[in-house]
Amino acid sequence: MPVELFIFLATVSIVSSLGVVAQKNPIHCLLALILTLIAIGALFIALDAVTVGFLQIIVYVGAIMVLFLFVIWLLNLQAEPVPIGHLGLKFFATIAVAAMAAELFVFLAKTKITLGAIPVVAGYGSIDSLAQTLFGQYLMAFETTSILLLVAVIGAVAVARRALPTRASAAAPKQGAAP
Amino acid sequence: MAIDLLIGAVKAIVILLLVLSLSAVLLWFERKGSALIQDRVGANRAAIFGFGKRMGLPNLGIVATLMADPLKLFTKEDFVPEGADKFLHALGPFLALFPVLVAFAVVPIGDAFQIGGRTVQLQAASINAGALYILATIGVGVYGVALGGWASNNRWALLGAVRATAQMISYEIAMGLAIISIVITFGTLDLQDIVRQQGGVWFGWLPRWGIFLQPVAFLMLLTAGMAESKRVPFDLPEGESELIAGYFTEYSGGKQACFMLTDFAEVVLVSVLVTLFFFGGWQVPWLYRDGFHLGTHHLLLPRAAVVIIGVIAFWIKVVMFCWFQILVRWTLPRFRYDQLMRLGWKGLVPLGLLNVLVTAFVVVVATGAAR
Repeated sequence: MPVELFIFLATVSIVSSLGVVAQKNPIHCLLALILTLIAIGALFIALDAVTVGFLQIIVYVGAIMVLFLFVIWLLNLQAEPVPIGHLGLKFFATIAVAAMAAELFVFLAKTKITLGAIPVVAGYGSIDSLAQTLFGQYLMAFETTSILLLVAVIGAVAVARRALPTRASAAAPKQGAAP
Repeated sequence: MAIDLLIGAVKAIVILLLVLSLSAVLLWFERKGSALIQDRVGANRAAIFGFGKRMGLPNLGIVATLMADPLKLFTKEDFVPEGADKFLHALGPFLALFPVLVAFAVVPIGDAFQIGGRTVQLQAASINAGALYILATIGVGVYGVALGGWASNNRWALLGAVRATAQMISYEIAMGLAIISIVITFGTLDLQDIVRQQGGVWFGWLPRWGIFLQPVAFLMLLTAGMAESKRVPFDLPEGESELIAGYFTEYSGGKQACFMLTDFAEVVLVSVLVTLFFFGGWQVPWLYRDGFHLGTHHLLLPRAAVVIIGVIAFWIKVVMFCWFQILVRWTLPRFRYDQLMRLGWKGLVPLGLLNVLVTAFVVVVATGAAR
């Protein structure tokens, strides 16, 4: 990947993820998150992980973010005003965040970063090699995960569905129903 | 290097312009087609200063209507409702149009050919995961409609947006399953490769088109694609008898033209996908690299002619399917919402899963037998 492309995509993803936390309107936050995910997908593609990059966009942008959108619509989330007060809390939170940032900066400054192109094996990131890994080496883990997900889906349906009307309550006349 | 960039740019612009002009022609096509079906004369009032009649020429209907429609839309007032989210309201139409147009980047419109010692692919971007790319762009296409409808600050628009989002995400799954069956059948994600494999014949006369291998996936892709483009009988999101115009109720002028263009570009995209996966793309029956061969009959053609015939055949097939979709739009009534969801989740998705399963089984058995 050319360095210019990396810098561009990294800047887009960082700025848009800042937008996720800094904006007040939840829909605007969602849009920023979508941009972040697309930029990360593009990073994957530029790093030769083509399949993973496209799957990232299909699954996260195409499906999961739509789910988020529905949640925002259903709960009717509005832009929330910034809470006033709690000055003490804000003061200590600011100090904690500043300390964290300083620590990260010190670590980064001390670390010797040697970036360089690492050669990849032929066919790296293609759907072929992905399938060989998933359905060969990690078949057991893959199938276990899919069963776990299936159990979670069935559980969610079982929790969320309304109780079926029993025969007695269905036959009994409803209270307050028009004659 | 420079000439490669130039070739790339020219290909991108030519394919974009082809799609845009086909979408614009479809607008006229649809008005005239609906008139034909409803036994009317149809759009024949637009004339350039009465030009045709005065000169004693036949009516210039198509040219005048093609120019009048966009001109009318783009000179109208661009209205933004009060309390609307101005930024998202403006962004919506473009967010809807952009993914559909970039999807055409991986569509191979013809065979590769050699010119001046270099091979030119008739495809704007030759990426080997073309099918995934198409699915990704379709997935991103939801947001323009959803956010545009939400930003309008109108409850009909919001209802339309919610309906559109739910419908598009439901039918995306069926569409993905149909494409997965095709990918398993041909064993590749590369669209150009899928088209290449559909060349040649079975039994000496039957073209090796995808429709003969995957008839169920063909019906699924066509149905799901028409649902994705949100047109009758799947036009619940804009059902005008209930929701005024659904998600684009509060749009006017150029932005509304953008939404209309998205609809027609989606019609073209669905036709292109059906052509690529099931009707051999640019393959012409019995046409090989050096000319026609059928049984003992031969007609040799130069290479350039073969490539050009392929490109023309591709667009003829695409226009045929656009015409078919317009025919369906003006023939069928609108679904009810529960019928729409039932068709998607209880009809197409299980059918698609079954089709994938059967396809995988047959492919494994066939390749096992070949080994």
